[in-house]
Amino acid sequence: MMWTVRKSGVGLAALLCAVALTACGDKKVTVYEQGKYSGAPVAAPWDSPQYGGKQAQWETTLEARTAGQNDYSRIPAR
Amino acid sequence: MARMKFICDPNRCIECNGCVTACKNANDVPWGVNRRRVVTLNDGVPGERSISVACMHCSDAPCMAVCPVDCFVRSDDGVVLHDKDQCIGCGYCLYACPFGAPQFPQAGAFGARGKMDKCTFCQGGPGKGSEEAQYNKYGQNRIAEGKLPLCAEMCSTKALLAGDGEVISNIFRERVTVRGKGAEVVGWATAYGAPGGPKSGAAPAPTEGKK
Repeated sequence: MMWTVRKSGVGLAALLCAVALTACGDKKVTVYEQGKYSGAPVAAPWDSPQYGGKQAQWETTLEARTAGQNDYSRIPAR
Repeated sequence: MARMKFICDPNRCIECNGCVTACKNANDVPWGVNRRRVVTLNDGVPGERSISVACMHCSDAPCMAVCPVDCFVRSDDGVVLHDKDQCIGCGYCLYACPFGAPQFPQAGAFGARGKMDKCTFCQGGPGKGSEEAQYNKYGQNRIAEGKLPLCAEMCSTKALLAGDGEVISNIFRERVTVRGKGAEVVGWATAYGAPGGPKSGAAPAPTEGKK
């Protein structure tokens, strides 16, 4: 009888330890919030003397220039 | 709206450092500061690869997250810029950046750091002022002139591509399709090792004839 009580006590203690240690395995979650930008505003690239606020024109120019980096469009691949 | 990015094709980069020179020259970058540099992996070993590295203008930039004075901003076209008038030169961004992009000029004796300097995608910087003052602080603003960063425009083998992420990734994809290899040189598996594959830093396996 005494032996059974002692055995179940050890079992209970082991279970409690296991439950308590489970919490140690949890990873801390850091919630990150971006701060508010403190610097001067950034002018849009199309607000330049060259484009005078014409966003569409600037986008077309830049897209053509970017696509122009593809040498296969100039010399077709064999 | 375009989302500006760089891609370097390691199969084309010949380690000429033309991009580094172009950047230094275009922006009058001071001695000791390199906004762009060429990194070679397995130098001298057959199959070595070089890539040109600068600020990658991350979509979720760690430098922005750690800056204690919040001097970083993302422009409308996705370029990460910083206001030098706000920067306190603490160096947190240098530790946070996985590419080593932030650079600090030696401003004086005893290792004192100046304000951070990095690639601006040739888009100048925040704020207004005389053109000369802006140039001295940030360098050229080629984007406002409808041009691309000079490093990419000067690249003789067109290894370094700059511009809207969608357009340049299509160019790179077409190259990989035409030559039948090259995609495996960049990416997560190459940097950190694929499960069951070669460890990171190992010389890339020959890919001739691989599909």
